[in-house]
Amino acid sequence: MAVCIAVIAKENYPLYIRSIPAEQELKFHYTVHTSLDVVDEKVSAMGKALVDQRELYLGLLYPTEDYKVYGYVTNSKVKFVMVVDSSNTALRDNEIRSMFRKLHNSYTDVMCNPFYNPGDRIHSRAFDNMVTSMMVQVC
Amino acid sequence: MPAMADETLFQLLHTQVVAAAYGAGRGSGDEGLRAGLTVLEGMGFRVGQGLAERLPQGALAFREELDTIKFLCRDLWGAVFGKQTDNLRTNHQGTYILQDNNFPFLTQMAWGQQYLEEAPKFLAFTCGLLRGTLSSLGIESSVTASVTSLPACKFQVVIQKA
Repeated sequence: MAVCIAVIAKENYPLYIRSIPAEQELKFHYTVHTSLDVVDEKVSAMGKALVDQRELYLGLLYPTEDYKVYGYVTNSKVKFVMVVDSSNTALRDNEIRSMFRKLHNSYTDVMCNPFYNPGDRIHSRAFDNMVTSMMVQVC
Repeated sequence: MPAMADETLFQLLHTQVVAAAYGAGRGSGDEGLRAGLTVLEGMGFRVGQGLAERLPQGALAFREELDTIKFLCRDLWGAVFGKQTDNLRTNHQGTYILQDNNFPFLTQMAWGQQYLEEAPKFLAFTCGLLRGTLSSLGIESSVTASVTSLPACKFQVVIQKA
């Protein structure tokens, strides 16, 4: 499903970034970086519009011919960015939302780990396994 | 399903944490007292950061500072202590006073003035907790606590202006 998953800190540096296949890593790093602008735009736009409930799920950030980029932001302004293959049209919004929810839960677990310092790169194996389960697909 | 012993366990653990922060000869004199308070506050800060991720149920609904402080009074206090704060006051200039007339960490001690000197040790962790949660939600602050008569206490939150 997902080809690349990234967790970006509040200050916009990556806490965790992983992509398959590994050769395309640089391209995905660049994609995630450019999508951060869109995330910031959405977050500030939502702040100005007088909505009572702001959603954590940001939705489709932008599509290209090869893939689509989705975003999600937590209460502590940590962003999750997910890049999915466009050829996989079977993915519905609900599934993306549930993937983000799983990411958020795993991230919360990492945060509550007393051996983890907020702001460090994420090395947790449990988090790795959860991400792998979301990325391993028909290759 | 919440276990029924949760609150008691947390109180007992907290009592031990305070004792440990002052044990092993660290607690003597003013220097020792301040060092212990710093350790406890630091612990609370880290826990607050984790709590800030777990607690808010799904919505970025805090449009103003006041909403965030109200969230602290209701949801954080409810999750950690099983009750809400009794009073919230503000001067609308960035200072908030959260008052709890029956603070769970102080109820087990003799009510009144007898343990006024020891009380700050039992409030340091909670001060850090508030500061950590606020910091994760994007608000830098400084939190202090004051007691005039157990078990009522006040937490003063001062928001740092950028």
